[in-house]
Amino acid sequence: MYQTNQYEGMIAETITMQGHKGEAINAYVARPLGSGPFPAMVTIHHAPGWDEWYRECTRKFAHHGYVTISPNLYFRDGHGTPEDVGAKVRAGGGIPDEQVLGDLDGANKLLRSLPYVSGKVGVFGTCSGGRHGFLAACRLKNFDALVECWGGRVVMPKEDLTPKQPVAPIDYTKDLSCPMIGIFGNDDKSPSPEQVNLHEAELKKHGKNYQFHRYDGAGHGFFYYDRPAYRQEQAVDGWKKVLAFCEKNLKQG
Amino acid sequence: MCTMIAHQAKIEGRGKSGQDWFEVREANVSYDHPYDLPLEHALNIDFVNEAAGPGARVAVELSIEAARKLVQTIEVVLAQAEQRGVLEDLPQAVSR
Repeated sequence: MYQTNQYEGMIAETITMQGHKGEAINAYVARPLGSGPFPAMVTIHHAPGWDEWYRECTRKFAHHGYVTISPNLYFRDGHGTPEDVGAKVRAGGGIPDEQVLGDLDGANKLLRSLPYVSGKVGVFGTCSGGRHGFLAACRLKNFDALVECWGGRVVMPKEDLTPKQPVAPIDYTKDLSCPMIGIFGNDDKSPSPEQVNLHEAELKKHGKNYQFHRYDGAGHGFFYYDRPAYRQEQAVDGWKKVLAFCEKNLKQG
Repeated sequence: MCTMIAHQAKIEGRGKSGQDWFEVREANVSYDHPYDLPLEHALNIDFVNEAAGPGARVAVELSIEAARKLVQTIEVVLAQAEQRGVLEDLPQAVSR
């Protein structure tokens, strides 16, 4: 817990990193000042784009003691306002899962190469980023904790599979390689409570270390203070649970 | 995102963004998260020119009812023009 007489400093900036297939993409990094060692976090932006909320979220994790990186997963789709780029990606049916995994693996490797990183790296994502986070924690074996917030389309009917998203993430559940926390709103339609039930049943079936928190009176994206979906009470409680989970899995032990 | 329901139509037209008109070549129609309309999902239409970059975009975000009304209204207007015998893409006369 932050104390009023404690020193705090942070640096935050845009950098270039190696993503999928070694391609250069940009990323936003925020980290506490000091030699550490600090645990680390990859924040995966949501479908609307690599936007201000994600910069703030990245700095929030840095404020809580994590070296945090948010890769621009839409880098290859051109540059402009986050909305214009996000709209372009939306029109194209999203970005390929394999490309996302390559970018997240690159972000993870960059963090692990830094002298002030402790060696524990978590991954956090909301909306499509929650889905990508779950995929990453299953397919890549180098994350130590997963925070999945209302990951849409973890459960996908066969007819929704595309060349870009060829496998439903839920089908990889047996490969989940780290503890996870899931945050969901019971009024959400994507994922719906029924889909969250399926997600949870699969985790249970495979004996995974997980905790789900499902909030009444909240729908999709209830952490986003700049959208009508924001739910103050549920968001405050959700953040508390997320940070406690990260503390346990990334700072201790 | 969460629906990924999106289709693209190749079109010919012009759109206005800010003070300037530009050529629009694609209409991207999706039912997914809007940016500004206070709904979880909306019928979004982006009139764009992909060749000119992501900023060449005229966007509208509609409720379901508004989207259906728009479709009906376009059909009504086209039918009326056809009935009057004026429905054809006539090049504008060149002024001398």
